[in-house]
Amino acid sequence: MIKRSIFTSRTLPYLLILPQIVITLTFFYWPALQGLVRSFMLSDPFGGRTQFVWFDNFTALFTNPLYLKSIVTTCLFSALVATLSITIGLFIATMANRALKAKAVIRTLLIWPYAVAPAISGILWLFLLHPSYGVVSYAIKTWLGIDWNPVLKGSDALFMVVMASAWKQISYNFVFFVAGLQAIPTSLIEAAAIDGASPFRRFWTITVPLLSPTLFFVTVMNIIYSFFDTFGVIHTMTQGGPGGATNILVYKVYQDGFIGLNLGSSSAQSVVLMTLIITITVLQFKYVERKVQYVG
Amino acid sequence: MTEKTPVLDALTYVFLMAGILIVGFPIIYAVIAATLPIEEVTRVPMPLIPGDQFLVNIKAAWINGNLGRNLFNSFIMAVGITTGKIVVSLFGAFSIVYFDYRLRTVAFVSVFCTLMLPVEVRILPTYEMAANLLGPFQSLWEMLRLDGVARWVAGHDIEISLEWSLLDSYAGLIMPLVASATCTFLFRQFFLTIPEELCEAAKMDGASAMTFFRKILLPLSKTNIAALVVIEFVYGWNQYLWPLLITTNPKMMTAVIGLQHIIPAADDLPFWNIGLAGALIVMLPPVLVVLLMQRWFVKGLVEKEK
Repeated sequence: MIKRSIFTSRTLPYLLILPQIVITLTFFYWPALQGLVRSFMLSDPFGGRTQFVWFDNFTALFTNPLYLKSIVTTCLFSALVATLSITIGLFIATMANRALKAKAVIRTLLIWPYAVAPAISGILWLFLLHPSYGVVSYAIKTWLGIDWNPVLKGSDALFMVVMASAWKQISYNFVFFVAGLQAIPTSLIEAAAIDGASPFRRFWTITVPLLSPTLFFVTVMNIIYSFFDTFGVIHTMTQGGPGGATNILVYKVYQDGFIGLNLGSSSAQSVVLMTLIITITVLQFKYVERKVQYVG
Repeated sequence: MTEKTPVLDALTYVFLMAGILIVGFPIIYAVIAATLPIEEVTRVPMPLIPGDQFLVNIKAAWINGNLGRNLFNSFIMAVGITTGKIVVSLFGAFSIVYFDYRLRTVAFVSVFCTLMLPVEVRILPTYEMAANLLGPFQSLWEMLRLDGVARWVAGHDIEISLEWSLLDSYAGLIMPLVASATCTFLFRQFFLTIPEELCEAAKMDGASAMTFFRKILLPLSKTNIAALVVIEFVYGWNQYLWPLLITTNPKMMTAVIGLQHIIPAADDLPFWNIGLAGALIVMLPPVLVVLLMQRWFVKGLVEKEK
């Protein structure tokens, strides 16, 4: 889309867009292309010869049990983080929307975790869930009688990184749900109330359906967040351990490529992740477009 | 108005309090831990009454974690990314919306597609690019066998080694993160809502494109810019993977990464009081920015993602 009334200049528009284009070419497209090319290459680690090997890197990847395990871990991790943070975020937002007084104060008290870095969220929860000193782990051990040890037990470690990642995301979801709830016309709710629908019934039959676009959007953003932005959480809390129990895909790319210097495999993993995020983005835009047409 | 439901209203506030407490608990607990001496912090369960060691712990964290230097680096990085992103996107969106040129659509689509290439999916090649910005030219040189041509022209061997590294520099921390599809998109959407009459009037009064940009578009974009300042400052301050990759020199370390050195590992003495004091200091700047600019932040966050 463009304005009806525009300026004419031969060079100015190019000059204006130039910085953006230079940066995207150098730091986005060229590296992405390099990664793509390299995912079809086999190079020896001393930087000598490279050889074109077609899809060998990908075949190796998808027959590697460690990689398959990482896929399962990532999906489980992502599902848990999204479910937990969306449920809590929606619940608190619904309550905050009901609260007649002190809305501003409530919002202030709830949005600041958005500003906490994932890595710092990891540090806070590392202490809370520390096997010997943590207060939450103390509660788990004494009240639930579970032998809590995230350093040794994979499932405990996964739970730990899920808690740290979901906690940070609650406020993000809260902001969107509050905005979504406020956009729902009160007349609809009032009409249903006059017809005698209980508050819970109104929530399920009016609020939730009208909130579904927000819900969809927030779900997509939470999945992207848990796939890509939780690197800091993993790095500070578990470094992918114990035994790969928290080694999500993004962390594995870093480990194999940057620490292990396995260029071919790391590039192939990057390409897999790229395909994934392209799919998610395209799906999201398709959905948004449909919604716009529906409304207009 | 809907019906009055005193029980449900009371429950609402109870649940809200519980929610706020759950969300705030990790911080409250960290603050208490940061005020205790090490013997108290390692007691199980840790006492919930604050101690008097807060300043001692803060000081220890400041010194052990080299926080002065690290916070300065983080500040430069966050401000650099914020300013860079906003300036680059404003110009980009202005170019796309207010000019018609042959490569307009190509430019827009190419900027927009960067949305699908977060740094996490191109770790190694981006690192290599930053390690030597002139790498592509070097490989082009070698690929085209230009050294042979050069030898023929000059009559003797010419050794060409092009190198320009961004490792361990502020430019390296900032530049790769400055391109932003979302900011450009947001400004584009906003510019499209600005009435045509403004531009026509400006043109009639003989304003040049840049005058129109400076005197009309920029003042109108104020709230959008304020919102993006909050979001991008938080984004820049909290960067983790990229600074981890490209800085090895301790002098260039950012605050969030530096915390790793004061958090007790398995075999260390459990100085959690000091580690958490450090964590609190490092999270303070972005939290303050979000709280102080809350109004713009909420508006910006919701609009940015639309």
